[in-house]
Amino acid sequence: MSAAETLHSSVQTNAPPAISLAGVNKWFGALHVLRDINLDIALGERVVVCGPSGSGKSTMIRCINRLEEHQQGKIVVDGIELSDDLKSLDAIRREVGMVFQSFNLFPHLTILENCTLAPIWVRKMPKKEAEALAMEYLERVRIPEQALKYPGQLSGGQQQRVAIARALCMKPKIMLFDEPTSALDPEMIKEVLDTMVMLAETGMTMICVTHEMGFARQVADRVVFMDRGEIVETGEPTALFENPQTERLQLFLSQILRGH
Amino acid sequence: MSDTAIDPRYGTKPPKRPLRLSWGDERVRGIVYQILVVGIVGSIAYWLFSNTMHNLEVRRIATGWGFLEREAGLPIAEFLIPYDPTDTYLRALQVGVLNTLKVAVIGIVLATILGTILGVLKLSKNWLVSRVVGAYIEIVRDLPLLLQLLFWYALLQGLPGPRQAIHPATGVFLSNRGLKLPFFEWEGPHNWALLLMLIGAVGTYFYRRAARAKQMADGQPRAIWPAATVMMLVVPLGAWYAMGAPFTPDIPALRGFNFQGGLTVSPEFFALLLGLTLYTAGFIAEIVRAGILSVSQGQWEAAEALGLPRGRVMNLVVLPQALRVIIPPMTSQFLNITKNSSLAVAIGYQDIVSIANTTLNQTGQAIEGIAIIMVVYLTISLSISLFMNWYNSKIALVER
Repeated sequence: MSAAETLHSSVQTNAPPAISLAGVNKWFGALHVLRDINLDIALGERVVVCGPSGSGKSTMIRCINRLEEHQQGKIVVDGIELSDDLKSLDAIRREVGMVFQSFNLFPHLTILENCTLAPIWVRKMPKKEAEALAMEYLERVRIPEQALKYPGQLSGGQQQRVAIARALCMKPKIMLFDEPTSALDPEMIKEVLDTMVMLAETGMTMICVTHEMGFARQVADRVVFMDRGEIVETGEPTALFENPQTERLQLFLSQILRGH
Repeated sequence: MSDTAIDPRYGTKPPKRPLRLSWGDERVRGIVYQILVVGIVGSIAYWLFSNTMHNLEVRRIATGWGFLEREAGLPIAEFLIPYDPTDTYLRALQVGVLNTLKVAVIGIVLATILGTILGVLKLSKNWLVSRVVGAYIEIVRDLPLLLQLLFWYALLQGLPGPRQAIHPATGVFLSNRGLKLPFFEWEGPHNWALLLMLIGAVGTYFYRRAARAKQMADGQPRAIWPAATVMMLVVPLGAWYAMGAPFTPDIPALRGFNFQGGLTVSPEFFALLLGLTLYTAGFIAEIVRAGILSVSQGQWEAAEALGLPRGRVMNLVVLPQALRVIIPPMTSQFLNITKNSSLAVAIGYQDIVSIANTTLNQTGQAIEGIAIIMVVYLTISLSISLFMNWYNSKIALVER
């Protein structure tokens, strides 16, 4: 991929960081899954997190909207510190959208209802307005014609695009992607990645756990490489991929490239 | 995936395959098997029927339903409709059906409530709570129901007599004569108040629907409880008050060897209800637990990541999906309560089986007696099944 195709950066460096992790540690029982994570992400920044499986990358982004609880350190999202306070948690979850590896659409609701559920019950939006909003985003992920179907009637790629639209309907400031293409067939990966590139073009703050190096090169302002619960290396994608400083990253990249 | 709307093949039918007269053709085999099965079932039914008719004739046993009009002379201890031993067998059987329905309906309601609570508690992260509930479920599921009923009945029989009754509050007595509760004289205005309360419940249902519709229009959620309180409590109480507020307390008191007045729960009914409820609640708890667990963790996470609070996640996302797993086995449990209530005969609660049994002993018309029992259970069971299947299809999931 040539440099001309990469997106123009929309990072706002002068504003306070959208997300800030400082000295974050987490254990699953005796397993130390996050070791002293320090990471600041600016508003409008697009960060790709990669690393071998079990390196803690999913756990890290799941800590950002507290699907996992960190046990040490400080996480501040959009100026609000994550704590046991449920009010602040609700406020953060309203601002942070998330897309999962396994889509997690609600199978008992239509595509449209999947998208309007949170706007109606969390944003207290009238149904008509929520539906108009949902159609707008379904339009944008290019599946408005599926609105009245149920998730089980859609292909994996379509379901994942609906999941993106569903998250966007809450008008989040930050989007988290947890391996959004790992459960998809190759031809469907592209349609989902295209949707994510389109989203990146709007200047959304994005953190994306993925192994799609092409996507990282095209979209990311910064790539974070994690291994065994630590952030090993961070940097601008081209530099990081072409000139890895650590042995662990070299090993990881060679394994990834061999797979392609 | 291609879009079906523009697929030119959409809407055409596959060509019909001609039937090949050979044992190798699956459809030919299917037809032959079906004919065989119908033939076998038909001949068994014919044999049973002709055999019965023949034997009845040989033994000169009277058949027919004339006995229903005869005087029963059968004492019944508890009844929901007025009954006297001089009434007909038909009346006695009606009392029996109502007694069966009484214990089954109350049992279903209580077992569902208790079972749901236990099922949720078993999922608790609190070690002690989940283990205690787990132990309870194991015990009630592993012991035969008949044994449990006899245990509860013996326990209630072992209570002290009326003179030494356990007396925890004014007008409440627990003795081997059953449970006595204070009540009041039931008068006309109470019927009106009860009627208004029922109307209020229906009104609340429609109010809730209207409130939901309004929320969909302007986005603002509305509290239901103020209107519900007014409709179901304030209005009936007001009407009762306006009609002179009749209230004559009827408090049970010991007179001689037994209690007078108040509301009575007989030891037989109490033991049966207790046994059926505690036993079935164990099964329902497992069904509810399995239903909630059948909804993947990812559904909770996706809903919570959207900012929905836990209660709403439960109501809007988890429960609708859990119910489709819960409803079919729940139907079986409701049917089980109904049928298991026939064990009443062992502890002397006069349900339909007990009364039909006495009837067939007294009249000698066994076939009619058994037929009545079967028809009654079949009717109740089919009604439950029909309702539950209708409900299940209403909440079924669309796939592919």
